[in-house]
Amino acid sequence: MTIAPPPTTGAIDCDIHPSVPSIEALLPYMADHWRDTIVQRGVHNLETIAYPKNAPLTARPDWRPAKGLPAADVVTIQAQALDPFATSIAICNCLYGVQLLMSEDIAAAFANAVNQWMAAEFLDRDPRLRASIVIPTQNTEMAVAEIERWADDKRFVSVLMLVMDENPLGRRLYWPIYAAAARHGLPICVHAGSAYKHPVTSVGWPSYYTEDYAAQSPAFHNMVSSFICEGVFAKYPDLTVVLAESGFTWLPAHLWRLTKFWRGLRAEIPWVDRPPTEIARDHFRLTLQPVDAPPTVSDFERLMEHMGSDEMLLFSTDYPHHQFDGNAVLPEGLSPTLARKIMVDNPKNTYPRLQ
Amino acid sequence: MAKYVVSPAKDIPPGGRKLVEVRGRPIVIFNLDGEYFGMLNRCPHQGGSLCNGQLVGLVQSTEPGEYHFSRQDEIVRCPWHGWEFDIRTGHSMCEPDRIQATRYNVGIEAGAAVTEGPYVAETFGVTVEESYVVIEI
Repeated sequence: MTIAPPPTTGAIDCDIHPSVPSIEALLPYMADHWRDTIVQRGVHNLETIAYPKNAPLTARPDWRPAKGLPAADVVTIQAQALDPFATSIAICNCLYGVQLLMSEDIAAAFANAVNQWMAAEFLDRDPRLRASIVIPTQNTEMAVAEIERWADDKRFVSVLMLVMDENPLGRRLYWPIYAAAARHGLPICVHAGSAYKHPVTSVGWPSYYTEDYAAQSPAFHNMVSSFICEGVFAKYPDLTVVLAESGFTWLPAHLWRLTKFWRGLRAEIPWVDRPPTEIARDHFRLTLQPVDAPPTVSDFERLMEHMGSDEMLLFSTDYPHHQFDGNAVLPEGLSPTLARKIMVDNPKNTYPRLQ
Repeated sequence: MAKYVVSPAKDIPPGGRKLVEVRGRPIVIFNLDGEYFGMLNRCPHQGGSLCNGQLVGLVQSTEPGEYHFSRQDEIVRCPWHGWEFDIRTGHSMCEPDRIQATRYNVGIEAGAAVTEGPYVAETFGVTVEESYVVIEI
């Protein structure tokens, strides 16, 4: 009896998360001053409340190591994220606490160390791996400099930002980052998460992690509005923004609302000269997991109709986060044609460096 | 198509507007610097009265942060949800190819011509000395 290959064979996984195992892992990639500073000050690992260690979401049980953090080395990632799904390429989005730091200089040192660590520990060790460039958004010039440092390394295929930074991401202070990204054919990957400069919901700090995680998608609503209304895509028509770990069921309703109010308020933002729904279809892409699945297959098909495009979704496992079990990464009811687009064609069309 | 005499021209000065009714249709006549334009008094969105809308200019942009202002008072904003319509063409500013207000051809005719026909003056008498706004429906 032959075993059928997984239905994901050859897929491009657009969102996996290697963990920095400990701060010591980054020290070799830091300048002497910063290495000494971290040791002298006793800086511990940059842990955030984004993925509490024992929260069910943080790692699937079968991906949770006996000790240490999940997804912390290339062998583990090969065995758990690449081989079982037979993916051809996987993009590493490292969620470390770089964006939380208050010092611009330390943030830049950590961002650069994370990128060096990523290149040496992962990209050099498996040709299937790619990564997003981690940048210190605390200082735009430093962020651009970090993009320029890695721009010639084609294994870095996008630039990573968090959906909740200190300012809405469409604001002009970030535009040099988008100019650099567009110049080098790097989409911006906006990932779920916060720099914790503000409460994680717009109505204040929630009490529970359930609220926090569910509130990622309202943050994405605001971010989508910001990119469109501030005119980022009018200024950088070649820029693509990938929304990662954002969910996607919320998108059609938000765009209906934004487009509705834009019709009466268009004069306020005259550079938005076509409906936000159309702009979003041209410039935003969304990773597959987590699927905030509606109850039935036919509901899901209806949702895809509401999206109005079969080119926006990008295959992702969100490894090691616990979004599905076994190999059931694709939602039920996907046609083979749509599955193929999500797994291969859409990612290739999104990331110029994967073509 | 018939032509209807709807108002003495002097009743609608430049910058002014007047609501008339022709064959049961409410139509607002605008005077833009001596040119007259007619529009169904019903926003294609939810039916708001365009006659009660604010006149505004046209705001356009070539890139974010650049504002080009022109055509002062040639755009009417629906009082309900703020949708803008070009008084000259009826086209919306948001989606001009898809969303349009119904417009009518409006002209000015001398009283002498109007009294001879084939015009229809529904609600008032005409005199040869005056000019009249005429709508074609």
